[in-house]
Amino acid sequence: MTTASTTARAKALTRYRLFWPAVVLAVLLLANLAFTSDFFAVHIKDGHLYGSTVDILHFGAPLILVSLGMTLVIATGGIDLSVGSTVAIAGALACLHISEAADPASPGTVFGAIGIALGTAVLLGVANGVLVARLGVQPIIATLILMVAGRGVAQLITDGQIITVTSEPYKLIGGGYWLAMPFAILLSGLVALLTALLTRSTALGLLLESVGGNPVASRLVGIRAMRLVGLVYVFSALCAAVAGLMVSSNVSAADGNNAGLWIELDAILAVVIGGTSLNGGRFSIGGTVLGALIIQTLSTTVYTIGIPPETTLVFKAFVVITVCLIQSPNFRAEVARRGAGRRSVDRPRPATTTNREVGA
Amino acid sequence: MPKRAAAALVAGAMVTVLTACGSGGGGGSADKGAGHKLVVGFSQVGAESGWRTANTKSVQESAKKAGIELKFSDAQQKQENQIKAIRSFIQQKVDVIAFSPVVESGWDTVLKEAKDARIPVILTDRAVDSKDDSLYVSFLGSDFVEEGKKAGDWLVKEYQGKSDEVNIVELQGTTGSAPANDRKAGFGDVIKAEAKFKVVASQTGDFTRAKGKEVMQAFLKAQPKIDVLYAHNDDMALGAIQAIEEAGKKPGSDIRIISVDGVKDAFTAMSQGKINVDVECNPLLGDQLMDLVKKVKAGEQVPKRIKTEEGVFTQDQAAAALPTRQY
Repeated sequence: MTTASTTARAKALTRYRLFWPAVVLAVLLLANLAFTSDFFAVHIKDGHLYGSTVDILHFGAPLILVSLGMTLVIATGGIDLSVGSTVAIAGALACLHISEAADPASPGTVFGAIGIALGTAVLLGVANGVLVARLGVQPIIATLILMVAGRGVAQLITDGQIITVTSEPYKLIGGGYWLAMPFAILLSGLVALLTALLTRSTALGLLLESVGGNPVASRLVGIRAMRLVGLVYVFSALCAAVAGLMVSSNVSAADGNNAGLWIELDAILAVVIGGTSLNGGRFSIGGTVLGALIIQTLSTTVYTIGIPPETTLVFKAFVVITVCLIQSPNFRAEVARRGAGRRSVDRPRPATTTNREVGA
Repeated sequence: MPKRAAAALVAGAMVTVLTACGSGGGGGSADKGAGHKLVVGFSQVGAESGWRTANTKSVQESAKKAGIELKFSDAQQKQENQIKAIRSFIQQKVDVIAFSPVVESGWDTVLKEAKDARIPVILTDRAVDSKDDSLYVSFLGSDFVEEGKKAGDWLVKEYQGKSDEVNIVELQGTTGSAPANDRKAGFGDVIKAEAKFKVVASQTGDFTRAKGKEVMQAFLKAQPKIDVLYAHNDDMALGAIQAIEEAGKKPGSDIRIISVDGVKDAFTAMSQGKINVDVECNPLLGDQLMDLVKKVKAGEQVPKRIKTEEGVFTQDQAAAALPTRQY
């Protein structure tokens, strides 16, 4: 194998869309290894998997779900700020139903609770969808309404208290294990897989990108943009509701004040790190999953290497900026140019167009 | 994008203004005819937690018991509502004004108005940050540093006579909040006297169960040996207990747990042996407040700082107190 073909291959690899997010995730994980030598060790404890990497997937599961919904919303050029409130409302409704039921541990009660939570989520999603798609309200404003009011609704449901529930079947969703794996990981993985299949094996993904890229042109070629846009908000709310069930089930309690607080920002960050354009018209499900995992790994890293809480936010900001810079083709070209200049290989480079990744 | 952000800010501000409406002052006119019944105006922060709700109930019930007329106003977490409420108390010429300030600063003007109207002001639960401490007669509330010290004292006593190293992990409250800073400081002051106590990891759990669990799980993997967990509130301790159990360890014996607050759920966990000791942060200061009101009105000299009566609960005491715990 010649060096030329190796560099060509390396170049092709770096151009692959998920390359840089994957590199960042790997670096973060390896950084943990330096502080905790058995970071990657996974063993069986009490009949289920136990280890730091399992934790990252486990606690990252709700964020992955919320980010998946957010990805499709952003693909249409919108944004959904209300997901955090939906997380809180879903958890609050489910826990309230279970705590008031005669038999909290019966499967019927739990399915009832899940049904109530998901049903409400559909209503919330439809409300967002109607505001954005039919009434033409700016997505950031339309969903801001539910973001602010929804938190209050969750507090009303819980009466400002923390509702504690003891129900084994409910605990399975977020805190339980199935086939030795945390059930939450399997559930999130399944939803991610279905979303990827649904958007990439059918024309749905292309339609979404088309609507996000140019709504007018899409309408003119006969795409029912309104219905499509409305639908992604419902999907986003449903994902958030399942995440809400997970969060509340994991600690067996619903906390209207704090459940899902600021998760919308983490989700947007995960989507962006994953390479989805905030302008709409381009999205990556795999990138979003990687992005969500990067954010969760970052939190775990903070706890593992013992960064003081006062500097945590600065540390996180530093990592996020680095991630964004690494992903910017302009920045990489600049670094490469300077590096080459220092080695006195002074040849002029042609101006490169950076926007070569258009559509899917 | 900046346009969108600006629009978002405007909308946010509008929503805030809208929710701020609908909370007036105390309401009703002061009826001070028959028998010189004492009238107290009380402005509460809001109803953001179970702790706060218990606090409100305590004040209302104690007032009824003491035969004091209470004008209650809920500020819904907003300073301007509290200022409005205090002004309306002044207009109604109540005998004493009591309030839990939402924030620490910005009270000088309205407190000056109260002083000019010769109405004594008592602060409850939270302090104000003012250079002029003649603006209020007394501050009745918990001492968070003291709570941290009590937690530390228990630990020192528990490990008396043993020389082995004790590895402690700490779950802090919301970064920068007074209870988190003070509970950490008080605890640290006490344990630093003995070199065997070592805080091996300390992270914020934001006072929530979910974060408490998440951080504790990471601690359990990163730290080879943990003897003691010190949580700044019960919710984080309850979350951490789940993490400890999932790691196959026994909370309360494999890892001893010290917590602060004393809410009902924590007492339930204590009765199951999962928390070793709970330092009380008492919201039931109604009786103390009403005593104070009577003394102030009778012209007695009262101390500038009164600490609420707070205990330390062991497992047996918690089990005994559980059936009557109100919050």
